[in-house]
Amino acid sequence: MPASPTAVLVGENLKARNDRQAVVNREYFRAAGVVALNLLSSPGSGKTALLERTLSEFGQRRRVGVVVGDLQTDNDARRLAGRGGPVVPITTGTVCHLEADMVARACAGIDLAGLDLLVIENVGNLVCPASFDLGEGARVVVLSTTEGEDKPLKYPRAFKTAQAVVVSKTDLAAAAGFDRDAALANIHAVAPQATVFALSARTGDGLGRWYDYLDGLVEGRRRSADAG
Amino acid sequence: MHEAGLAQAALDAAAARARERGAARVYRMTLRVGDLSGVVPEALRFALEALSPGTKADGAAFDIRVVPVECHCPACDRPFRPADIVYACPDCGRLSADVRQGHELELVEVEVS
Repeated sequence: MPASPTAVLVGENLKARNDRQAVVNREYFRAAGVVALNLLSSPGSGKTALLERTLSEFGQRRRVGVVVGDLQTDNDARRLAGRGGPVVPITTGTVCHLEADMVARACAGIDLAGLDLLVIENVGNLVCPASFDLGEGARVVVLSTTEGEDKPLKYPRAFKTAQAVVVSKTDLAAAAGFDRDAALANIHAVAPQATVFALSARTGDGLGRWYDYLDGLVEGRRRSADAG
Repeated sequence: MHEAGLAQAALDAAAARARERGAARVYRMTLRVGDLSGVVPEALRFALEALSPGTKADGAAFDIRVVPVECHCPACDRPFRPADIVYACPDCGRLSADVRQGHELELVEVEVS
């Protein structure tokens, strides 16, 4: 007969593998002096359109690179290429989110020290990406005016982990019957910590504030590097 | 979320502890799952039950403890448990983004022999 069971304390985080790699990535970004930004949204919210314009315009001011995740195709990477910065696709196959080790592998081919800002465009999905730390310095969630004002209430975890929320496609707000005040109230209720931007990558509405925000992140990194 | 992968990580960790102790079997696994972890406790249990046969944890009891969200109110300077997804202090109504508990996702303890 076996001895009676002994209780053994474990205390092991079940996401330890990802979290350990995220710590490595964060240190890697810090050492390279680059701000890493994790961009989350539903499919079709306009992440890639926002990045196209950001690379073309903000890319004149600061050196910007992109890692872009999708289940299939490198269409987004091709849309973003040729705008001056490195663009590396990650094709996840069936995985619905990016994990820290995928980002590390993608970054191996990028001269991070030559960049000010690295945008990691996550797989379009507001559920799982929220649970995976990539080692980013800032997390930004994009919500388009065509998605409905209550999305922050339906997917609170993504919004609760965001430093900033971008309301995109303001040019379509009237056509979609978008209630801007209700959307802003919902974002604030679920994510009171988040800085909120409203913009249109098509018309350019609100992009100045967005670029100033990105510039502030880069300046903040530079100051902390000087201090450290 | 990805309960199967997480269940496998828990089973691997439990088996490793059993091996360290020279134990043949895992009788019980105690896990903590935060309300904000993105994990559905029932789905995690299902995955543990599906993946454990043939391992040291075959037939083990899975004790999954749900950890409620706890926030800190910056105005009242004290903790509170939000009633829903809007984390408003029940006393002063101030919104809080200061989550002190609820992200947990861990294997706390195993019983082996």
